[in-house]
Amino acid sequence: MSFKVYQINPELKDVMPQEIIDLEEKSTLNNPKRGVMDLPFYKELIEEHSLCAGCPEAAALRYIMASLPNPEDTIIVNSTGCTSLVFPHIAMHTVHSLFGNQNAVASGIKRVLEYRYPDRVKDVVVLAGDGATVDIGLDCTLQSFFRQEKITTICFDNEVYANTGGQESGMTPKGHVFKMAPKGKQFEKVPMWQLAIDSGCKYVARLTVSSPKRVESVIKKAVYVARYLGPTYVHLYTPCILEIGLNSDQGLEEMRARDKERFEFFEYITPEAQEVIDRVKAEGLL
Amino acid sequence: MAKLGPSGFSPYPVAIIDKVLNPPPGKALLFDELVDEEVAMREAAKAMLTRENPTIFPGPQVLYAWNEDAKKKAKQVKELAQVLNAKIIPMYDYRPKYPKINPEVEINPNHPNLTIWHNNIKACIFIGVHCHYANVALKIIRAETDCFTIAMCSLEGHEDAMITLRDQHPEELDKFIEIAKQVKAELGK
Ligand SMILES: Cc1ncc(C[n+]2csc(CCOP(=O)(O)OP(=O)(O)O)c2C)c(N)n1
Ligand code: SF4
Ligand SMILES: [Mg+2]
Repeated sequence: MSFKVYQINPELKDVMPQEIIDLEEKSTLNNPKRGVMDLPFYKELIEEHSLCAGCPEAAALRYIMASLPNPEDTIIVNSTGCTSLVFPHIAMHTVHSLFGNQNAVASGIKRVLEYRYPDRVKDVVVLAGDGATVDIGLDCTLQSFFRQEKITTICFDNEVYANTGGQESGMTPKGHVFKMAPKGKQFEKVPMWQLAIDSGCKYVARLTVSSPKRVESVIKKAVYVARYLGPTYVHLYTPCILEIGLNSDQGLEEMRARDKERFEFFEYITPEAQEVIDRVKAEGLL
Repeated sequence: MAKLGPSGFSPYPVAIIDKVLNPPPGKALLFDELVDEEVAMREAAKAMLTRENPTIFPGPQVLYAWNEDAKKKAKQVKELAQVLNAKIIPMYDYRPKYPKINPEVEINPNHPNLTIWHNNIKACIFIGVHCHYANVALKIIRAETDCFTIAMCSLEGHEDAMITLRDQHPEELDKFIEIAKQVKAELGK
């Protein structure tokens, strides 16, 4: 794909709705310096979604879409879950994979793209819930790290299987009670960020999405390091306000509270990843 | 003889029930008949010029300037619309839209019938719509409406349209525009 696909033929511009004209004239596509600060001023790649009102996953997706450095040539691989409800609405390439298979599918896509477009930068980003990434898909997730696939994996950790109505996941903290986990979680939250480090990820971050600028910085680093080096992993806390009984306007408060405890900002960068980051920074892209 | 819709939904597309396949190169499909391209073009022009609210549905392959053919075709679509006194409603985006589309100004492959019903469209031309979405949309239109569908496909055509023209590139479009002008003059439109 290229930016050209957004250029409307002038003869037919008069029949095109404004929202599509805006995508050509007022979007940040084709600008690697794009970021969350553009959000109020430019056309977004996501504007409508079918998540619950106030769901922090929606905020996270907006920040991520605004931060990806190369959206025209980025393929998002997603998995079933609340996040997947958003992908039909975004102006980017997305592939919906079978639940849990996302990192295997992404590995294949990345390799084929490298083969098919050797002269073109194509970023592959996996975006899936905690159930898909850490429980059912853990095998595929870790195997892709072991194989050093050049893909970015972003986990939306809402600590529950939200889309299916509130079952506990490996990421649920010990003792948490959910509608369909009435006895409370019996074992500790899986330290997925640590598993990612041990499995060979070059860049790993854990954070809530309370700070858009921080999300931008992390996403850009993760994408660039994956592009040049190998697997990267970003673990985001995006609380399911519905399942933990919060109102639409309480997501941010919840994330800020967790910023100080189990989702305290944490970043792991290998020395070679640091080199990539420094280089990209010197180019003014970070 | 295959008929106009609405044919209802069935496990098999109507074209299959009617034992219709895409035409071979150089030929076109007129309902369930294999005919020469000119014949199909004349019938297509006639349908567009005589039925109510004729509309052209251009897809992304002609809406966006992604190659030289697309740029030419955009001009031709505009001219064709003038000759056929047709409206243009774009199918610019295949994504299902939330909460709903505006059938006045757009058509979506996931529920094309909404646009057809809303605008009472009785004849339409699909052009520049990627094949898999054209297939889905044409099946739905045939199942749900009595719209006379015409597919101008740059590849192998679409058996679910009432008229299927295949291998349609700028040259063929020029030919169609000329034929449409003749038919228009004959009909005194
Ligand atoms: C192979 C397969 N198994 C099970 C399911 C049912 N399923 C749909 S969504 C979901 C839970 C998703 O949880 P998570 O990945 O945490 O995403 P969330 O909805 O919490 O964002 C499950 C188990 C499925 N769609 N496919
Ligand atoms: S169920 Fe939870 S995670 Fe899913 S959209 Fe609603 S608030 Fe968000
Ligand atoms: Mg979850």
